[in-house]
Amino acid sequence: MSVATAHDDHHDSHDHGPPKGWQRWVYSTNHKDIGTMYLFFALFMLFFGGAMAMYIRAELFMPGVQLANPDFYNNMVTDHALVMVFGMVMPAAAGMANWMIPLMIGAPDMALPRLNNLSFWLLPAAALMLILSILAPYLFPGSGGPVNTGWTLLPPLSIQNGIGMDFTIFAIHMLGISSILASINIVTTILNMRAPGMTMMKMPLFVWAWFFTALLLIAVMPVLAGAVTMLLFDRHFGTSFFDAAGGGDPILFQHLFWFFGHPEVYVLLLPSIGVLGLVIPTFARKPLFGYKALVYGMGVLAVLGMVVWAHHQYTIGMSLFATNYFMIGTILISIPVGLMLMNFIFTMWRGSMTFETPMLFGIAIILMFSFAGVTGVMLAVVPADMQYHDTMFVVAHFHYALIPGAVFGLYAGVFYWLPKWTGHMYDERLGKIFFWWTTISFNITFFPQHFSGLAGMPRRIVDYSIQYTEFNMISSIGGFLFGLSHLLFLYIIIQTIRGGKKAPDKPWEGSQIGTPGLEWTLPSPPPFHSFTQAPVVK
Amino acid sequence: MVSKNKTGLPAALLLLPLGLLTSIARADYGYNLPEPAATLTQEIFDLHMLTTVVGTVIMVIVTAMIVYALYAYRHDKGAVPDQNFHTSWFGRWAWVLVPVIVLGIDLSIASSASSTLSSVEDRSKADVTVKVIGSQWKWTYEYMDDDIKVVSNLKKLEPTDPLYLRDVDDPLVLPTGQRVRFLLTSTDVLHNWGVAEIVPKKINIPGYINETWAHITKEGTYRGQCYENCGAGHAFMPAVVRAVSPAEYQQWKTERKAQQAQAAAEASSDKAWAKEELMAKGQEIYTKNCMACHQAQGQGIPGVFPALAGSKIANGAAADHINIVVKGKTGTAMAAWGPQLNDLDIAAVVTFERNSWGNTAGDVVQPKDIKAAR
Amino acid sequence: MSHATHSDQDAYFIPEPSPWPIVAVASVFLTFLGLVFLINDMGLAGSLIMVTGFAILAYLFQGWFGAVIDESLTGKYNGKVDRSFRQGMFWFITSEAAFFITFFGCLYYLRNITLPWLGGEGQLASSNILWEGFQYSWPLLNLPDADTTKYVAAKEAMGAWGLPFLNTIILLTSGVTLTWAHWGLKKNNNKQLVRGLIMTIALGVLFFCVQSYEYWHAYQDLGLTLNAGVYGSTFYMLTGFHGLHVTIGTIMLIVIAVRSARHHFTEHNHFAFEAVAWYWHFVDVVWIALFIFVYWL
Ligand code: HEA
Ligand code: HEA
Ligand code: HEC
Ligand code: CUA
Ligand SMILES: [Cu+2]
Repeated sequence: MSVATAHDDHHDSHDHGPPKGWQRWVYSTNHKDIGTMYLFFALFMLFFGGAMAMYIRAELFMPGVQLANPDFYNNMVTDHALVMVFGMVMPAAAGMANWMIPLMIGAPDMALPRLNNLSFWLLPAAALMLILSILAPYLFPGSGGPVNTGWTLLPPLSIQNGIGMDFTIFAIHMLGISSILASINIVTTILNMRAPGMTMMKMPLFVWAWFFTALLLIAVMPVLAGAVTMLLFDRHFGTSFFDAAGGGDPILFQHLFWFFGHPEVYVLLLPSIGVLGLVIPTFARKPLFGYKALVYGMGVLAVLGMVVWAHHQYTIGMSLFATNYFMIGTILISIPVGLMLMNFIFTMWRGSMTFETPMLFGIAIILMFSFAGVTGVMLAVVPADMQYHDTMFVVAHFHYALIPGAVFGLYAGVFYWLPKWTGHMYDERLGKIFFWWTTISFNITFFPQHFSGLAGMPRRIVDYSIQYTEFNMISSIGGFLFGLSHLLFLYIIIQTIRGGKKAPDKPWEGSQIGTPGLEWTLPSPPPFHSFTQAPVVK
Repeated sequence: MVSKNKTGLPAALLLLPLGLLTSIARADYGYNLPEPAATLTQEIFDLHMLTTVVGTVIMVIVTAMIVYALYAYRHDKGAVPDQNFHTSWFGRWAWVLVPVIVLGIDLSIASSASSTLSSVEDRSKADVTVKVIGSQWKWTYEYMDDDIKVVSNLKKLEPTDPLYLRDVDDPLVLPTGQRVRFLLTSTDVLHNWGVAEIVPKKINIPGYINETWAHITKEGTYRGQCYENCGAGHAFMPAVVRAVSPAEYQQWKTERKAQQAQAAAEASSDKAWAKEELMAKGQEIYTKNCMACHQAQGQGIPGVFPALAGSKIANGAAADHINIVVKGKTGTAMAAWGPQLNDLDIAAVVTFERNSWGNTAGDVVQPKDIKAAR
Repeated sequence: MSHATHSDQDAYFIPEPSPWPIVAVASVFLTFLGLVFLINDMGLAGSLIMVTGFAILAYLFQGWFGAVIDESLTGKYNGKVDRSFRQGMFWFITSEAAFFITFFGCLYYLRNITLPWLGGEGQLASSNILWEGFQYSWPLLNLPDADTTKYVAAKEAMGAWGLPFLNTIILLTSGVTLTWAHWGLKKNNNKQLVRGLIMTIALGVLFFCVQSYEYWHAYQDLGLTLNAGVYGSTFYMLTGFHGLHVTIGTIMLIVIAVRSARHHFTEHNHFAFEAVAWYWHFVDVVWIALFIFVYWL
């Protein structure tokens, strides 16, 4: 494919650079600046959520309640999850979308730049609200204890909670508004802002992945908003949606939450699949295998993902028909996902591979996410899930899904694009050390949880009986090692931003193979305004 | 940018779990589902082993493919990329082949799962029906056919004890060889009564009744826990079942009924109790029912559970105190104790609270006061 | 080709750095913060913070929309920008639809699944032993927990063919008048446009008044309150959020009417008008569903 660009023109005198000072960031309408802010915010939240995880692992290091009271423990579990999911993975993926989608499809910016800024700045405000919810028991004594429900906020426990729950509810509202607005922007950008000749089926896989992600968010985020609104009404205005005494049902909330929640896990997964769709062909030096199948597979995944939510609630007592339906639907999801992963393996097949850090992460994702998927299918089997449900087995499943499936994909993306973003190559040796360190310590942390879970250890417990001690000790030690590895990650990023070998426009030999975007036609780093003149793809 | 290749990755990933497995196999604690002790859980256990094996095979295949690819198609071994692989016949048909194979595996898993599921939902007539009621944070068992009620509280042990968090003061007793039906419900928030050896879990929902069942095959003591986050005491509500032979079960029932009759007679007698008697009994009730929240010295947990030491209610009019204990307070963790405790128990615990930890109400509450307040 | 400037018709308009988004964040944050304090009875602070939030919101709308109107009138938007706005509005309305579908789903679930269980039918039929004597019905005029003081059942259901039917007619008519206004716009007949809008606004306000009266009537005469069990809960949740949308829609219509009177729209450039029209029609459709499922069936 050949591309006509005008990137030399970017150095023209009338093309003014970024505004100076804080206004550049706070008032920004520039997709790259906003993307950068998203990414830094996510990095900060990784450490915030990670610090809470470290507390969790420390508390679970051995039996007995050592560090704080049970409610505080469950407050940390709740906010660990909310921060990681809404504050870390989603913003990081949105940051990449902001940075890369306009570059890839040859757009001057996002379709609605001011809205873009609003989507970002709602996040710090929501984070502040969440922090208020953690501090509420201390700031407003007598207004109830910590939010101790877990990230699912299930009533009636969440009705018992104090003012902290209200802060959490409104934090979720703000997070929700933010992701809906961001999604509207992304869908519109993809549909309306493509350069001439950049047809939908020529778009890099990452753009497709975000297209489906954004559609999912537009469909399900409002459901979560509705659910927490009803919770608020039950708490304060006398309604009885979730109270049997008035004809309501606590389970209704679960249906709503998981109607949002299950698509949400694909929201977390898909951007990383998109990154994989770039990384694997690049380092296998060979076009993506089954591009169309991947695109349609993601579409099928998005649709199927919307209709299987109740596999999180097999124990609530549904009719035999409904349970069978949800079980079979859930198991069938292995088809599109299996197809996607197989296509990545076939992309490597008969390729010519080198193993830079993004590729290492790519390979690890295929392997470890398959494993998460397989435990997922085990969980999908209803009678067996009645044994696994709410044990550490589930916790192990979803950290395997979330960390390789989502977070490692983000790492791969960061290393893949750091040269483009900063104009510097990162230190490959440190990158590799970081890869091995995280991969090994990650497995030490979460693999044992399968065993403690099968043996019966419940989740969301501050204290456990001594039969689970060994597994938890291994897990905690792994957790601390995993946490520490992120200091190296931080170091590599800072080092690369501050200097290093100059990155060429096209830092990876294979990055133009197959279905590349237009990002490689721009210098590294790209000019402040990306494509003031639309490039033409032939 | 081309680096020296390292293929240690898959090897390390494989070795790690294997290493762990072997070290764990030597230990004497479980790392799989506990050995089933009932017909239904046996069926589920087999299903679990089936999916585990299928999963393992899939992982072996996936790993093998990746390892081979990493080995055979390396840049520095001079591999030349096949730029047309995706347009070969395989490239054109893989999107059909892979899904068909996966669908086959899926359907075979689903069909055996579906038949086990039908056994789970089997609602045939039971020999014994037990209502399992979760409350913050204890289990109450009501035998529906006999007038027997068992209240199970956590037994306080040191964190080094083998039964730490796994034992209760009064376990549920069930016969082997008979079909037992469990009706699960709750008085406050969601709980989940889980004893993996004998039943698949269903959650306890306040206001609703869920069902599960067991046909226990082996005598023994089975220990489980609450599996749904129910607040501060979630880690502290073990569920213990003692399965005994039908004969022993009959005997236990007879004894239990006699005991209960005696306690009921005592509570409803119009006798005026002495303060000391009430204080002693009250302390017992308090430790069992109230301490989880209001704490040993009545100090509560600030912001979560109010202190009773020095509280307005415990030092004010007795009527208010009785009222909150009998009726509870809707929307908070403070349950209505009226239905759960008899008049004597409530009178005792209220008297105890009003005269302990520096509380100076000084009065004595009698069972008849409670009866009047109900 | 390097002489393209931002105001060129073929260049996509990228706004200059703008203070409005961060102002919007401040207003949302303060409104929510105030609301939390308010519903937790934390004294005057709550109301004050919330009012500040609203004040900023008003300032924000005036400022942000003002800027957009300016840009539009000075011809900075080309056809592609216009398409972005349209698509953005379309997806926004889609998300709003998902929000309402949630509440309709809840109505379905409570009415057709939960209540039968509580009344002794279906999968969790045994639940009935906890609520002895409870018979379910819809509209729900007797509660499962007969002794509770927390909820008080409604004495009488809200009929469909009185005020609600009147409101249906009002809203449907308003859809017609709005379309008539649109025709005016297309024919470049400004008078028809403005008249149509004014009629639509009047009908919107009328709807609001009838609905307020209906609420008052429900509280006073029918005992249909937020506390009336799930019948009251779903009733107010659905009609309330719809009413809120009517109110917002009416405000937007007023803005559009003023702009129309000032000849802001041409037959080719009238995205704002169309966005509001779509929104209004969407609110209309939701009402039809509401009339059928909440009042009628
Ligand atoms: C990124 C996030 C992510 C992803 C992608 C997934 C993917 C899947 N998940 Fe997971 N899941 C979570 C995050 C995720 N999950 C979270 C966070 C929870 C807990 C939430 C909470 O309670 O707090 C959870 C919980 C959860 C449960 C509820 C458990 C319980 O609470 O009792 C179930 C049950 O069915 C489940 C199933 C699945 C399935 C079937 C998939 C499938 O999509 C997997 C498909 C992939 C494969 C199958 C692998 C590749 C395929 C092949 C190699 C082909 C051959 C394979 C077969 C034939 C099996 N998940
Ligand atoms: C994307 C989402 C995501 C991510 C990335 C993580 C990351 C981690 N999670 Fe996460 N977790 C969830 C989502 C996620 N989790 C969810 C949804 C739940 C369910 C909640 C619920 O039940 O409601 C959960 C629950 C959960 C539990 C179960 C708690 C319980 O049920 O009782 C545990 C326990 O081990 C745990 C551990 C960890 C650890 C060790 C990490 C690590 O990966 C974190 C590593 C990162 C860092 C540590 C970075 C910070 C580094 C420093 C601060 C430097 C200093 C380092 C040291 C001091 C050592 N998590
Ligand atoms: C699950 C936790 C829990 C248990 C168990 C519990 N309580 Fe409470 N109790 C509470 C909470 C929460 C409140 C505060 C209610 C409120 O907000 O007014 C409370 C309030 C009270 C009060 C009023 C205190 C005051 O000054 O406001 C009394 C008296 C009391 N409980 C007695 C008891 C007795 C007696 C028992 C045992 C038979 C008991 N409680 C068991 C949670 C509990
Ligand atoms: Cu009861 Cu957890
Ligand atoms: Cu799911």
